[in-house]
Amino acid sequence: MSQHDHDAHSHGSVSSYVVGFVLSVILTVIPFWAVMTSAFDRATLFAIIVVTAVVQIVVHLKYFLHLNFTKEGKIDTLSFIFTAIVIVMVVALSIWIIYESVLMMMY
Amino acid sequence: MSTSATAHHDAHHDEHHDTGRNTTLGFWIYLMTDCILFSCFFATYAVLFMNTAGGVSGKDIFDLDLIAGGTAALLLSSITFGFAMISAYKKNKGGTLLWLAVTFVFGAAFIAIELYEFNHLIHAGHGPSTSAFLTAFFSLVGLHGLHVTAGLLWITVMFIDVAKRGLQDRTVTRLGCLSLFWHFLDVIWICVFSFVYLMGAM
Repeated sequence: MSQHDHDAHSHGSVSSYVVGFVLSVILTVIPFWAVMTSAFDRATLFAIIVVTAVVQIVVHLKYFLHLNFTKEGKIDTLSFIFTAIVIVMVVALSIWIIYESVLMMMY
Repeated sequence: MSTSATAHHDAHHDEHHDTGRNTTLGFWIYLMTDCILFSCFFATYAVLFMNTAGGVSGKDIFDLDLIAGGTAALLLSSITFGFAMISAYKKNKGGTLLWLAVTFVFGAAFIAIELYEFNHLIHAGHGPSTSAFLTAFFSLVGLHGLHVTAGLLWITVMFIDVAKRGLQDRTVTRLGCLSLFWHFLDVIWICVFSFVYLMGAM
């Protein structure tokens, strides 16, 4: 029984997929609606898009990709976190370096 | 007699489960390197998106209704693939085949929408060689589209595998890898529609 529970946990169940799906739909509709109605200023829109995207990525990682901190699943999660750090460095530092150099060349 | 048979079956199952676990971990590491590849394309897009060479910018060419349709198709394909995996773990061959087919249809719908968009843009004179912005845009979105197309091929192969040989442990492990690949592509798409389309259109 405990083995079965464990399997249901690591592979997901119908209910966990449905929960993930409903959360994803909500988190997709919000930014699309916000941009399409154009009722917000740019800074608010930017914040809405970034926050819903990050939350939705976490939802997908938890409910669809089943990342967790159990003994068996920890290595997947840790390798993802390591990759996320590499990605932040690649993307954020590229943007920082290039935009700074553009500014320096323009003025 | 019955107990020893069960114990033997469990040991056998565990042995396979362990090999399957290593395969899945190896595939996950590959996906992480793929993630870094995508992040390079995102960084390139972030650096180049304002360089429109006097031509169109994202605001002029992005059709959010179309993108919302593609996003819905991909999201639906994620949950249907989840149902395929649940059927596979329950050794329900018919259910697995049905949900794999449904997933394929949604994935194909996504690719159809993307091809329509690309075709439309190129015919309107906004092809990938028009400006740095369009080059980065076509590269990033096209790279994702190529991955989804590879996923569709893989779904076809797995459909034939399951139909011919049933749900052996090895096949379920392969389906598990495909499941990671498919859900991973949906995660990448969240970044694409948020940072390329929505931010471009706002």
